[in-house]
Amino acid sequence: MKLLEIKNLKTIAEDDHDLNILKGLNLDIKEGEVHVIMGPNGSGKSTLANTIFSSPRYIITGGSIKFMGEDITGLSTDKIAKKGIFMSFQTPEEIPGVSLAQFLKTTKQSVTGEKVNLYKFTKEVEEYMSKLNMNYDYVNRDFNVGFSGGEKKKNEILQMLILNPKLAILDETDSGLDVDAIKTVSKGINLFKNDNNAVLIITHSTKILKSLKVDKVHILVDGKIIKTGDGSLAEIIENDGYSEYIK
Amino acid sequence: MAKTDINNYVDNETRNIYNSVALNESIEKKYGLTKEILEEISKDKNEPKWVLDIRLKALDTFFKMEDPDWGPDISYLDLSKLATYVKPVEGQVRNWEDVPEDIRDIFDKLGIPESEKKALAGSGAQFDSEVVYHNLTEDLKKQGIIYTSFDEGLRDYPELVKKYFSKAVPINDHKYIALHYALFSGGSFVYIPKNAKLDRPLQSYFRLNAPGAGQFEHTLIIVDEGADLQFIEGCSAPGYNELNLHAGCVELFVEKNASLRFSTIENWSKNMLNLNTKKCFVGENGKIEWIMGSFGSKVSMLYPLSVLNGEGAKVEFTNISFAGKGQNLDTGLKIIHNAPRTSSIVNAKSISKDGGICTFRSNVHVKKNAPKSKLSLSCESLMLDSISRSDTIPVDTIETDDVTFAHEAKIGKISDQAIFYLMSRGLSEEEAKALIVRGFAEPIAKAFPVEYAVEMNRLIDLELEGSIG
Ligand SMILES: Nc1ncnc2c1ncn2[C@@H]1O[C@H](COP(=O)(O)OP(=O)(O)OP(=O)(O)O)[C@@H](O)[C@H]1O
Ligand SMILES: [Mg+2]
Repeated sequence: MKLLEIKNLKTIAEDDHDLNILKGLNLDIKEGEVHVIMGPNGSGKSTLANTIFSSPRYIITGGSIKFMGEDITGLSTDKIAKKGIFMSFQTPEEIPGVSLAQFLKTTKQSVTGEKVNLYKFTKEVEEYMSKLNMNYDYVNRDFNVGFSGGEKKKNEILQMLILNPKLAILDETDSGLDVDAIKTVSKGINLFKNDNNAVLIITHSTKILKSLKVDKVHILVDGKIIKTGDGSLAEIIENDGYSEYIK
Repeated sequence: MAKTDINNYVDNETRNIYNSVALNESIEKKYGLTKEILEEISKDKNEPKWVLDIRLKALDTFFKMEDPDWGPDISYLDLSKLATYVKPVEGQVRNWEDVPEDIRDIFDKLGIPESEKKALAGSGAQFDSEVVYHNLTEDLKKQGIIYTSFDEGLRDYPELVKKYFSKAVPINDHKYIALHYALFSGGSFVYIPKNAKLDRPLQSYFRLNAPGAGQFEHTLIIVDEGADLQFIEGCSAPGYNELNLHAGCVELFVEKNASLRFSTIENWSKNMLNLNTKKCFVGENGKIEWIMGSFGSKVSMLYPLSVLNGEGAKVEFTNISFAGKGQNLDTGLKIIHNAPRTSSIVNAKSISKDGGICTFRSNVHVKKNAPKSKLSLSCESLMLDSISRSDTIPVDTIETDDVTFAHEAKIGKISDQAIFYLMSRGLSEEEAKALIVRGFAEPIAKAFPVEYAVEMNRLIDLELEGSIG
């Protein structure tokens, strides 16, 4: 079944209406697939992820986004999350005064609309944190406050596992991570992945892809996907760069 | 797995519990501001002549003084329309059962008798101008601890009261304190003898229920050498269209090696003018902790003053104000370092929303004779939209070079990107804002006794829904 269907998507920046960022982007993702988007800095990768989530920073000027057959173009951000899409942020936020535990519980309840069983939930959090090599004591710390760059990224993967969406979009979750942490994040993705969900990985490197079964790699240049291939395309890009695709 | 259960959401709370109105039959009101009224009040209360003399002198002072020429405009206050003295017909009792039913009902809904049973060493409840209930556990009485209504204190311990009354806050301090001394009624008197320690707090709850009335309670607390006390003050009122006035006064004396933690939650309705005056003298190695939450009221002007008179005296000041639509909360503090090695720690936060205004005035003065003093001030404000205002106005006067001084002020608007982040995790915009505000307030909530932290979170939720007032 098709999970995500993006047709001819066009966006401009909210604070600069003359700035066209996405210029007619198409993308289809089916259940069970792992997709990768690569592209030069500033080509529009984060904009795509944020636009799917109706970020107030962007305005959609054309095209459509469907999720599981339903048009979600411009739907409010929280409703999109509740439909089962998750995004790992390139720059995660800090929420002072709110503990990680409280954050996880609140967001889990929001996404599912059900009260969590505290005992089971605590166990689940503990288990995932240990699999991600995260210190369990962090549950009592303020959310992301004073976390290192890598710890924040792992925290995004933890949330993906806890919220268990249908589609996870990971925006450069691997950047700034040390070798071991990249492996841990890959492990987290494998833990999450099954035949009924999908992952869209935005990345500049193939390291995170090593232990994953990648179905498709897309090259995003200047607001459009200009080439799609299988897993081997990522290697080629890593070796040769984008010069061939940039006029 | 949450740190403490105070972080949990309080479901289905409404403003209703604060809105109960008693039947007016049990109530007698006096209007206006004349010598005759003061004489009548004084006679009603069987006061000694020196007290009436203070009232009359204060009345005189009030008429001579001008309104402050700074801060929020309060010129619309019309004292001729204000009920200056409102008395429930029955007197003060020691059993909740004996409190008139309609009044008891209101305190029941506010959870006052309940929390006394659970967590307090003693409790008092004032309804409009008079204290209707006061109680202290027997074993504390035996230790010589005094906790009575102010009127009882005056009757039973006249020498002690006379020694301290109006000594911290003089009657000509400002115009509305003069008004207070003319009309004061109710409040609490506390004396903690040398080295006595209470394991649970005392609490006085002030309820201003009559529409268009004033409340002028006087609280006098003396913590003698080496003694410890935690005191909690709660205030609320139902919403009316008429203007109510609260001009209370708190005088605190913390002696050598003594400590006092004074917590206040002000939850006045939005027809209240809250012009309150608080002052504390701290002796050698003594410590005063102010913990304040200001939520309700139309206008508040409140700047507790701590005078660190003894070497090594300390003040810790923790405050949160939340101004919603139509509210102007002008709060702050004053601290005078008047001895060597004195220290002050200030942690103040304010939140404004829907056009609300929060102003925080911090005024610290380190005198020449206070070398080696330490000051650490932090003021932070959070504006939830672009029509609300938050200001911090620091005035620091430092007369000696030998001090350690840190002053940090942060003013900011709630982050759109943080709201977006939380919404991407399934929270609605309102829920996202509420979580951020709650987090912002959390370090302050932690300082409150736990029941009050719960109350504070409830008030934050009510404010965010815009349902207070
Ligand atoms: N809110 C905004 N306002 C103005 N310009 C923006 C905004 N967001 C993005 N842009 C611009 O749009 C272009 C695409 O940005 P985007 O963040 O999507 O790039 P990216 O492909 O994710 O790059 P990187 O690999 O560096 O993360 C950039 O030129 C950027 O400067
Ligand atoms: Mg990016």
